Amino acid sequence: MSPAVDVKTLVIDGIDVSARADQTVLEVARENNIFIPTLCHLDGLSDVGACRLCLVEVKNSPKLFPACVLKVEEGMEVTTKSDRLLHYRQTILELLFAERNHVCSVCVTNNHCELQATAQSQGLTHVRLPYRSPRLGVDASNERFVADQNRCILCTRCVRVCDEIEGAHVWDVMGRGIDSMVITDLMQPWGESSCTRCGKCVNVCPTGALFDKTKVGSDHPKYPDFVPYLNMMREGR
Amino acid sequence: MAQTITIDPVTRLEGHGRITLKTNDQGEVSEAYFSVTQVRGFEKFCEGRPYYEMPALMARICGICPVSHLIASAKACEAIMSVEVPPTAAKLRRALNLAQTIQSHALSFFYLASPDLLLGMDADPAERNIFGVAKAHPELGRAGVGLRRFGQHMIELLGRKRIHPGWVVPGGVTQPLEQAKREEILALLPEAYANIKMALTAYKRIAGRFQDEIDSFANFPGPFMGMVSESGGLAFTDAGLRMIDAEGLVLVDNLEAAGFDDCIGEAVEPYSYMKFPYLKSLGYPRGAYRVGPLARLNIASHAGSPLADIEMNEFKKLANGPVLGSFHYHHARLIEILHGIEAIEQLFSDNSILDKHVRARAGVNRQEGAGIAEAPRGTLMHHYKVNDNGQITWANLVIATGQNNNAMNKGVLQTAQRFVKGDKLSAGMLNRVEAVIRTFDPCLSCSTHAYGEMPLAIELLAPDGTRLDLVQRP
Ligand code: FES
Repeated sequence: MSPAVDVKTLVIDGIDVSARADQTVLEVARENNIFIPTLCHLDGLSDVGACRLCLVEVKNSPKLFPACVLKVEEGMEVTTKSDRLLHYRQTILELLFAERNHVCSVCVTNNHCELQATAQSQGLTHVRLPYRSPRLGVDASNERFVADQNRCILCTRCVRVCDEIEGAHVWDVMGRGIDSMVITDLMQPWGESSCTRCGKCVNVCPTGALFDKTKVGSDHPKYPDFVPYLNMMREGR
Repeated sequence: MAQTITIDPVTRLEGHGRITLKTNDQGEVSEAYFSVTQVRGFEKFCEGRPYYEMPALMARICGICPVSHLIASAKACEAIMSVEVPPTAAKLRRALNLAQTIQSHALSFFYLASPDLLLGMDADPAERNIFGVAKAHPELGRAGVGLRRFGQHMIELLGRKRIHPGWVVPGGVTQPLEQAKREEILALLPEAYANIKMALTAYKRIAGRFQDEIDSFANFPGPFMGMVSESGGLAFTDAGLRMIDAEGLVLVDNLEAAGFDDCIGEAVEPYSYMKFPYLKSLGYPRGAYRVGPLARLNIASHAGSPLADIEMNEFKKLANGPVLGSFHYHHARLIEILHGIEAIEQLFSDNSILDKHVRARAGVNRQEGAGIAEAPRGTLMHHYKVNDNGQITWANLVIATGQNNNAMNKGVLQTAQRFVKGDKLSAGMLNRVEAVIRTFDPCLSCSTHAYGEMPLAIELLAPDGTRLDLVQRP
């Protein structure tokens, strides 16, 4: 007898859904065409719950939970849309915009940026917080790519794709809190690092933090959808 | 009693400025300053950015003439890359720059200047605006709106955006021209021709009424600088610069972007954030020169397109040698619009405009590069230095309006001495002082790209510096 699949039933936004026990609320919501905004999550990579944009409400809990790392449970009642959630999501976005220098009009990924698109989908019209306007560096030492810390939101997709898919683990995070930075190797210039120049990090970066050299303006669409396919090929499926 | 008059802000200008007039004990204007009171900071914040971002970044200096900034910046980047732009890309950029010149000149002439010209310098200020023009001269009002729309529409067709098109990049343009767009642009030309012909006829009919203004609006001998084609015709992109003196003798010829800094110095005056460029060999202020439509027409021997050639011949008869009165900037602008339309027709009638090869690619091959283009208001120069990775380490911009700074100050003094008398300021006097600045169509946003904000005003000061009168319009 084959082991029975452990099936859970739960309610998302009033809709009865069923799921495998190892699934996250985000996965199940998407399977059922329920939209939850995300930034650090990317299909095919492990989840870290870094951005908190996917926060949802769970009945009988005062806490909010990040849907990307929240495992389903039997009888769970999840709400993905409420004024409270919208308020939190907008505030998170405002904090992201205020933290570094996101100037869409002159950004290389203008119109192709997930941060910009998410702000639009969440109805963010302005930032109420003072901008920090930090002076951050640009690393253009790689012959093919540029890293612009001004546009980084620390989602760590680059870190995960480099480690989990490319297997090179060139990218990592240095520092703590507001001083955190993504770095290559032990903070060597990117062009002198052990980077394999595969370009995966550039394609998964949701903003204009990592981009192809010489691309300008709305010239820079990104194609992060390749990750699940690579996983499938590796698993020989 | 000696006093100081301040006009703040000066209206119908692009940006913010202030005019200060000082009177002596006889009540005559003895000194005049045109101060630009806004500061910005483009040269500073681009440090560290990759060089190929510069066109898009620098074009944000101005919403009126972004195309000229795009082109001068792209050319500076191309010098860093050491590439030559494919010929079709150069033609497309030339057409884009002409379209911008047409829309900008239409804005200057019809929206900003024509109220003074068509309704009179002493007309009721409440009526002296584009709406008053549209009421009194509906056909001219329409022609102005039509020409501006023509230029804007063409920029949108080519660059996919009216303002700040992202189409111009280092190495050329991002996409070739499609046949359908070419046809659409060609179809816009007949109306544009009709509009500019009507405007030229109307201008020539009324210009004679302004002899006092022609004589006193920055009418003085001094050098001119502008771009000129190899055959001596009008040019706005892809040619060298020439400088002539008040007699028309060539002072500097074939000046390329790379040699600009060696030839031109920039002086600073305490009363303005705008720099004062001058020809080094003549020193400051003697080497201060004028740029823009009047300068270009004085330097070129002909336009290089049939209808504009005829108009230019007539224009050259206004003086024996270079035309020195800055009032004639208005006339020159109209001739440039006509030439622009003709040149666009020439460019778009040739099938090579559809060529698909429109972008050259390269990395950093030089650590320094400069580029020039003629903006509607005059010569524009971008100069960058980069590190090995192509990141900007230094940038300097010389803006058209800055180069007319000295002439504007002279013009304000000349006009104030002619029209401002006694210790009472009449609206007509003040308007003339502003109008002299408007002949240059200055763009104060551009010219203070270097580091702000504040509006523009006319201030009347006593010899001891106490303010006696201030005219400030919200
Ligand atoms: S997507 Fe869940 S925390 Fe970022």
